[in-house]
Amino acid sequence: MTNLAVKLPGLSLKNPVMPASGCFGFGREYSKFYDLGKLGAVIIKAATGSELFGNPTPRVAETPSGMLNAIGLQNPGVEKIIEHELPFLSQCEIPVIANVAGSIIDEYEMVAKAFNQTDMVNALELNISCPNVKQGGMQFGTDPKMAAMVTERVKRVSNLPVYVKLSPNVTDIKKMAKAVEAAGADGISMINTLTGMQIDLKSRKPLLANQTGGLSGPAIKPVAIRMIDEVKQHVSIPIIGMGGISSAEDVLEFLLAGADAVAVGTANFQNPLICPEIIEELPGVLHRFGFDSVADAVGKGGSHAHV
Amino acid sequence: MIKKEMVRVESSSLVARDTVKMVLENEYISRLAVPGQFLHVEAAGHTLRRPISIADADREIGTVTIIFRVTGSGTKQLASCQPGMTLTVLGPNGNGFPFMQAGSRVLLIGGGIGVPPLYYLGRSLAVKPCTVKAILGFQSAADVFYEKEFREFAGTVIVTNDGSFGEKGLVTDVIEQAGSFDYYYTCGPTPMLQAVTRKLKRKPGFVSMEEYMGCGVGACFACAIPARDGGYKKICKDGPVFPAEEVRL
Repeated sequence: MTNLAVKLPGLSLKNPVMPASGCFGFGREYSKFYDLGKLGAVIIKAATGSELFGNPTPRVAETPSGMLNAIGLQNPGVEKIIEHELPFLSQCEIPVIANVAGSIIDEYEMVAKAFNQTDMVNALELNISCPNVKQGGMQFGTDPKMAAMVTERVKRVSNLPVYVKLSPNVTDIKKMAKAVEAAGADGISMINTLTGMQIDLKSRKPLLANQTGGLSGPAIKPVAIRMIDEVKQHVSIPIIGMGGISSAEDVLEFLLAGADAVAVGTANFQNPLICPEIIEELPGVLHRFGFDSVADAVGKGGSHAHV
Repeated sequence: MIKKEMVRVESSSLVARDTVKMVLENEYISRLAVPGQFLHVEAAGHTLRRPISIADADREIGTVTIIFRVTGSGTKQLASCQPGMTLTVLGPNGNGFPFMQAGSRVLLIGGGIGVPPLYYLGRSLAVKPCTVKAILGFQSAADVFYEKEFREFAGTVIVTNDGSFGEKGLVTDVIEQAGSFDYYYTCGPTPMLQAVTRKLKRKPGFVSMEEYMGCGVGACFACAIPARDGGYKKICKDGPVFPAEEVRL
């Protein structure tokens, strides 16, 4: 029997697969396709202090092997999320990771406090890497000092474990990872989307109303793998890996690079059943490549592996 | 309820310039599909599905018809699918057009690739029976399709931008020709929807909207648009059909 269970700070996962923040709403829509209880956990869409309406449309554009999005953190605000969305997820009996965003550090604190006061959230994911909002978001994720500061401030008000979601739009991801670890992060999520642009040939204007957007999907998987491989050598806190995962083989590749668990994002759009399908196939794939458990495979590949 | 379903391409044909009609076999979707709903169709080798409105459904033989325009590599790929091939779709998606009681007089106003959902709607309303009239606008004669099909149940006016077929001008130029009606239903490019809803602002009506979509099921907020009440609507899940007064176009 292949053991898929994963233990992470604050999270007992029956398997390492969870939908990524922003690609799964608050779960309701996908619960029509399958029992969410099959998932390792769910990472809900980013919450801000008050309601955000996001960017004008078009907000998405397809790219080779991926897509750009510039939703702009649209969400009903933390209070409404706690009141109207979390009770539904609580019934599903899976760990819930709440993605926390803000335009100033006070807002991150306020949102984190609100989630701490409920018993419906198991961990926080700090979104310091959204490329689609003018204030906050990525500005915290590209400066190690700022990233450390927001992590520290949120840790101070939170009993929940804090995973910091890193931006790939930096020259040295190790510095970012080390800075948030030193500031008390319990784990790292990586990677968020890469900033990109696509120009419409007819209008000669960017396809997205926001002009730039975040690139996701299989196109960014090698970037994610390289960055996890690099960060794993320099931190001792666990990593939730994400970026273009669309198969059980992809999951194994992330585990080998050093991820302890994984999140699936864009692939949900093509196949709403992708998460349960991957979970079903994972034992066979692990076995085929010589592993008895998920934990066995973590960090067993990549540039520093002795194989 | 929306499901991920396999469909088999029964036939595929060109009905106008770059405009493909595809008949798909699927018992479940044909049974549930109502006018105004859409399918989120897989295009092999592409990350995102393509939202395509349902142009007709036949419960007896278990088929559903889609009509789409080839505008990029995704729809080009779809257009290359041969009879016998299978694809996956999510559907039926979204909310359809609300039906009016028998005896109503309704006006359908379609533009370009916004015409197909109005066909299924008009055909269904005509058997209620409602009195159905249609104004269909196209760029040019080469783009005109389904004129004969609409005429089977509706007094139909065709209008082209360049006057190469039917009347010359825009759909809003010929609305008076339709005479009196109780409700209108419209689908087409946003500038057309703006012009139609402005012109008919005293009449109750329903608009069907189009937008680039991500998930197509209401989870990703890619197709969220501002609503009149200050909130927002997701086109894929709350729409694509809205009462004209509810959305800001």
